[in-house]
Amino acid sequence: MSAKTLYDKLWDAHLVDEAEDGTCLLYIDRHLVHEVTSPQAFEGLRTAGRKVRAPEKTIAVPDHNVPTTEDRVNGIDNEESRIQVEALDKNARDFGIHYYPVDDVRQGVVHIVGPEQGWTLPGMTVVCGDSHTATHGAFGALAHGIGTSEVEHVLATQTLIQAKSKNMKVEITGKLRPGVTAKDITMTVIGLTGTAGGTGYVIEYCGEAIRDLSMEGRMTVCNMAIEGGARAGLIAPDETTFDYVKGRPHAPKGAQWDQALAYWKTLFSDDDAHFDKVITIKGEDIAPVVTWGTSPEDVLPIDGVVPDPSEFEGGKVDAAKRAIEYMGLTAGQKLTDIKIDTVFIGSCTNGRIEDFRAVAEVVKGKKIADGMRAMIVPGSGLVRAQAEEEGLADIFKDAGFEWRMAGCSMCLAMNPDQLEPGERCAATSNRNFEGRQGRGGRTHLVSPAMAAAAAITGHLTDIRKMD
Amino acid sequence: MEKFTKVSGVAAPMPLINIDTDMIIPKLFLKTIKRSGLGKNLFDEMRYDDNGNEIESFVLNKPAYRNAEIIVAGDNFGCGSSREHAPWALKDFGIKVVISTSFADIFHNNCFKNGILPIRLSAEDVAAVMADAEKGENARITVDLEAQTVSTTDGTEIKFEVDSFKKHCLLNGLDDIGLTLQKADAIDKFESEYAERMPWS
Ligand code: SF4
Repeated sequence: MSAKTLYDKLWDAHLVDEAEDGTCLLYIDRHLVHEVTSPQAFEGLRTAGRKVRAPEKTIAVPDHNVPTTEDRVNGIDNEESRIQVEALDKNARDFGIHYYPVDDVRQGVVHIVGPEQGWTLPGMTVVCGDSHTATHGAFGALAHGIGTSEVEHVLATQTLIQAKSKNMKVEITGKLRPGVTAKDITMTVIGLTGTAGGTGYVIEYCGEAIRDLSMEGRMTVCNMAIEGGARAGLIAPDETTFDYVKGRPHAPKGAQWDQALAYWKTLFSDDDAHFDKVITIKGEDIAPVVTWGTSPEDVLPIDGVVPDPSEFEGGKVDAAKRAIEYMGLTAGQKLTDIKIDTVFIGSCTNGRIEDFRAVAEVVKGKKIADGMRAMIVPGSGLVRAQAEEEGLADIFKDAGFEWRMAGCSMCLAMNPDQLEPGERCAATSNRNFEGRQGRGGRTHLVSPAMAAAAAITGHLTDIRKMD
Repeated sequence: MEKFTKVSGVAAPMPLINIDTDMIIPKLFLKTIKRSGLGKNLFDEMRYDDNGNEIESFVLNKPAYRNAEIIVAGDNFGCGSSREHAPWALKDFGIKVVISTSFADIFHNNCFKNGILPIRLSAEDVAAVMADAEKGENARITVDLEAQTVSTTDGTEIKFEVDSFKKHCLLNGLDDIGLTLQKADAIDKFESEYAERMPWS
């Protein structure tokens, strides 16, 4: 048998049918559902008189629209948001799928809830009507974002029509330097390959620096595989993965755990497996980074300056001009001179406990800058509870941060947490598109520690120079 | 789904690269629980000012392009969020074809599910079609799915590639779920074997 990549193995294990023209039907182990991309899919099922084929493998949670203030238990003010969340409530009930409503402590961003509850396991196929489904690849699961028609397709058939992607390896060798985090790794890769660099590929991240990451860090890396254009990101499971999974509510137990573990240990790329594209980066060459523009590929080390559009080629020249204008910056300006109005810490990229510990370390005993609006939004109710238990929440509140309820919040600003036109935000989320965090809002993507530093100093800050 | 065979119409040039789904349909409009009605908010932030008035310079607001059925765009069209609202908005506006050098994966898939044909061409060919599109109403670009050709006003014919299964579905207006359910036996068989192999899943 020829050597296989991890992706090949996952693909083969889920292949239901392959048509002559190469179109494949892939079996889906876990289907995660949220309120924004699912109503039309459930409607389609009803119209066609179809059922959910495997409700026990389908998990729903409202996250995109939900307010993150404590008074949200009294209901959602915005009528359209309320209708979407109510539609999910009803659909979950009618179709008998697992559900974590707004008032459940386990509610949170779908990509944080799945792993936390042990729904996401190594070797699985995981889909969700959401591009950041890539997050679950951190477990060595093949995780795709899908569109609403595909949501309906998976609900009805528990399969997905797919063509196989190509294999790409991103290796981060050696150790990271102090102050450099998983977020800096993943952003650096996108800065290098561009937002279309991964198009047509599934990326497997490997190398010592990746192995050294916690599960939280690995999820951060895979989360942004989609910003690099990839179909999915993957990290082979190892002891770190198994330790994280063990004992989670929906992880296997007893003899089944042993059986599962034996299988999971076979999930790695064979030594001589073929990759269509390989990128190698030295861990020590990665710096704390920040985005200056309106595409996640607009990445630079924090000690750099805003680029001159003429440094680019082709369509990127105009794109850079437009981005610099939108962002209200000038070419040559030092990145650390950029003043920040708002700090947003949270999202499925960086809304986990480890992220909050990193923030606490920076802000402990300090105060946020005058006039700064700073918000911390846990990725789930359980992350929130743990942060409170560890005393992190008090550190945040003492420093002047708003301590919120779980949800997507200002990552995409579908709920009331939004930027005003021109307002400038250092955010730990994953997209800096025009208007992403509110019409006219300006977003700089950074790691949690760098966001924390910016909240204290009032401008983008090199975490290595914070005392 | 409606069948897609041939489109002959005005093409709107949008040379910007990395047009993302947030630009195509801002999240403000994702709160609907329906598929229809999104066309009026297609490219909302580029198309209207803060008071809701049309921005004259935006291509789809120009008289020549108000009825465009084709968009010719810069690299990497449709990147960003997986929202199917993007093709729904394009379709509701009347767009049937998008031509670019490259498309984001999920968006590319979503187009086919909604009767929109995304066409990948080389940078040179996109530039040629873009130049034609710049001529406004006088230019009519013809896209023939059966023959897999894009023809510009001067009669130049450009071949394009398309996945044969997706082509078949578009040409015949086939619904994926119906097609897959014809394979219910294979799914049943796989599922029971799989449950034995991986009982924890
Ligand atoms: S936190 Fe942001 S990126 Fe993640 S699922 Fe929510 S909106 Fe999407």
